[in-house]
Amino acid sequence: MTLAANRIVAGEGVAAWAVAPVAQSLPALGCMIAGLVMGLPAALPKLRLGGALLGLGGATGLLAVGAPSLLAEAGTYARVSPAAGFWGLLSVFLLLMADALAQLAPGPILRAGLLAGALGLLAALLSSGALSDLSVAQEFAGRADAFWRATLRHLELALGSLGAAALIGFPLGILCHRQAALRGSLLPMLSFLQTIPSLAMFGIMIPLLSWIAATWPAAQTIGIAGIGFAPAFIALVLYSLLPVVGNTVAGLDSVPAPVREAARGMGMTGWQRLLRVELPLGLPVLLAGLRIVLVQNIGLAVIAGLIGGGGYGSFVFQGLNQTATDLILLGALPTVLLAMVAAIVMDILVDVARRDSTERTAA
Amino acid sequence: MIEIDRITKVYGSTTAVDAVSMTAETGTITAIVGTSGSGKTTLLRMINRLVEPTSGEVRINGESTEAIAPHLLRRRIGYAIQGHGLFPHHTVARNIGAVPELLGWPREKIRSRVDELLTLFSMEPEAFRDRYPADLSGGQQQRVGVARALASRPDLLLMDEPFGALDPIIRARAQEDLRRIQRALGSTILLVTHDMDEAIRLADRIAVMDAGRLVQLGTPAEIIARPATGFVADMVGEADRPLRLLSLIPAAEIAEPGPAEGEALPAGSSLRDALSACLASGREAVAVTTDDGAPGRVTLDAIRRRGELV
Amino acid sequence: MIGGLLRAGLVAVLLVLVLAPGWVAPLLAPLAPEGGPVIYDRASLLSLSLSHLGLVAVASLAATVVAVTLAVLVTRPFGASFRPLARSVTNLGQTFPPVAVLALAVPMMGFGAGPTLLALFLYGLLPVFENAMTGLGNLPPATLEAARGIGMGRWQRLRLVELPLALPVILAGVRLSVVIALGTATIGSTVAARTLGEVIIAGLLTSNTAFVVQGGLVVGLFAVLLHDGLVQLERRLSPPRPGAGRR
Repeated sequence: MTLAANRIVAGEGVAAWAVAPVAQSLPALGCMIAGLVMGLPAALPKLRLGGALLGLGGATGLLAVGAPSLLAEAGTYARVSPAAGFWGLLSVFLLLMADALAQLAPGPILRAGLLAGALGLLAALLSSGALSDLSVAQEFAGRADAFWRATLRHLELALGSLGAAALIGFPLGILCHRQAALRGSLLPMLSFLQTIPSLAMFGIMIPLLSWIAATWPAAQTIGIAGIGFAPAFIALVLYSLLPVVGNTVAGLDSVPAPVREAARGMGMTGWQRLLRVELPLGLPVLLAGLRIVLVQNIGLAVIAGLIGGGGYGSFVFQGLNQTATDLILLGALPTVLLAMVAAIVMDILVDVARRDSTERTAA
Repeated sequence: MIEIDRITKVYGSTTAVDAVSMTAETGTITAIVGTSGSGKTTLLRMINRLVEPTSGEVRINGESTEAIAPHLLRRRIGYAIQGHGLFPHHTVARNIGAVPELLGWPREKIRSRVDELLTLFSMEPEAFRDRYPADLSGGQQQRVGVARALASRPDLLLMDEPFGALDPIIRARAQEDLRRIQRALGSTILLVTHDMDEAIRLADRIAVMDAGRLVQLGTPAEIIARPATGFVADMVGEADRPLRLLSLIPAAEIAEPGPAEGEALPAGSSLRDALSACLASGREAVAVTTDDGAPGRVTLDAIRRRGELV
Repeated sequence: MIGGLLRAGLVAVLLVLVLAPGWVAPLLAPLAPEGGPVIYDRASLLSLSLSHLGLVAVASLAATVVAVTLAVLVTRPFGASFRPLARSVTNLGQTFPPVAVLALAVPMMGFGAGPTLLALFLYGLLPVFENAMTGLGNLPPATLEAARGIGMGRWQRLRLVELPLALPVILAGVRLSVVIALGTATIGSTVAARTLGEVIIAGLLTSNTAFVVQGGLVVGLFAVLLHDGLVQLERRLSPPRPGAGRR
């Protein structure tokens, strides 16, 4: 097996099974191998899922038994972190799992349950202290307060901008749907906004907002300032408008022409058509727009860290500045996790909406 | 009674409908026939003001359609279209009850009306009420579409190629159902079709449109016997005219007393059916049941004489 | 889609900013801090632009070649069993924020152009792959049947029919990928890659708005012009559409 499941101490690769007591590492190693073998046959998704879970368990277990043994031999300031071998295995097993789940196609409720279960397991694992010898965990322990503040801020940025974009974007999308002329001028403008590189957009917001804050002191009192939360928030909202407006228009347009015609022909007013027919039928596409925005904004909110907007980005960029890998990971890993959870949750919602509207088939 | 008075629609430089006037009596079916682009659909859509006329007027039972807000007008007029336009996210019951719901009928009244219509269209209410359109066959979807259009007992039912998406066998059945239900309810129907056979089978009167103009309005027999222009003759089909005419005449009309071999044709058969039965069996006469129930026969000679009268 | 005149204007502004930034100094001066430098002078904007575009070009080209090859493979009959896996990889991959990809590449590859290139490449794969798979997977069956019917071999069908028909969709993926790469490359400066992001970050660190605007404008203009250029290319390469139907 070429999967060198090794650990790096001060840049030195060490294989976990070489340092941990054999009695502890052997079962974990066995789990991983069995998991890989079980994951191979593509035709049996349930077996593949089981293999993936077993493999994940094995890899984590190895990490848990390897780290303390390693630390015991090294000095007080030594740090242990998983190396490429672990990350590689992790992604292989996660992919196997995702693939198996995609093939099994569980219903929305089951998927929500699985997600909750996975998050619960992860939380239990992290709080159990089994992995607390790892450097990322130590980094976290050192700045738990800052981490939770950053989490809150990151969520505020991503969800807040989503809400604001929805508040602005839905009405705009409905207007665009009704008025072809508005659509023709607004949509290209929004896609132009989308092409502006994020760093530049955040950068340009700063002078703009400083100027506003300097010109109207009233703006300052509601928190508008050149640096920090406000420019990041506004930049995110601007990026979100295209997916929201575009998908609102596409969703409303996706209502079949005969259905639209029938609604009009039976005497529904414009509002009735919108509320009873167009919005319910377009909902899946509308939600798909929100999914794009949420995942995108969770990622982009990282850049807020560069302009003092807070969030996980502050860890990432601090880490990059100090070449502290663990600090980078402390910012990047939760971001990726957050984005994935958001994607899964939104996918579930889109699915529910779709089942509720168009794709009614015989039970 | 529906009165259409010199109604016109102009789009830019083209006149889609050019000063069409016609009336339709209460309780009759009028078919508007034409090729695509003849303006027949535009004419129909001007009646419930889905298209606003450039000039002219439509009166329903003497009242101008201009006197009432378009959406309120449309709630009084049934509308059934090709591809049915059922709401995919609503149950059959909610689809049929859509207009009564808009009109604010009480829940109980809507429910009993839905069941009544489902029964009328030979669909078991228990079995169909809570299904979704995607669960239904094409023919069932179309029936629900027509039931929806009839739900609020409208003064008038407009139908735009309502059977266009159905295959021939289901279409024939749907046409029979429509005729039966229209007679039972006494509805007034304006129906747009490009299919002259459908018009002849269903309509009391046929309006033929060509290039935005009404070129002939008359009973099916008149249209077949005396087409006003070459275009109408083309629509009817020159070679088929005698056969089409025979199909309008009940066999009982020229039945004579006397014996004939073989089984009697069912009551309500046309002379075309009688001719077909003669040719198929190689006999000179076919047994029929006359109006008073007495046995009789129709001979090939009699059919020929009746056909020549045209 | 932007008008010809506007496009020429944007090109002109971009050229001035890159080649002769001194000309715009009076305009930017009010944005710079009192007595501070107005024009970024630690490196020439031209060399930064070239290095920035070079990174994007190399990464996007590599991503396009790899992604299209993969898409061709999974749309062949023998690759069909990999299709669900490919789709899961794409779906999962697209939830990875580009910045996170960049940040995660640093521990593996250290600082400099390497991690930036890797992040741009990896992130560029997804849109191209997804679009190529859509494009190659949704060809009109009648056309494919006809191609088989006139006796084309597999390779000929791919080269003469499938790829040309899917090209506009593939190009749309390339465009998406290039625009994302342009933006992500600016962040590459935080890991010491030489890109235009350097100017913006220098501005952010010294509170010199003039730098931020300079860097932002140049990158923004590149993005808009490249986006527009690729849209034009897509239009030109799309098969002529049948005229709008009449009622």
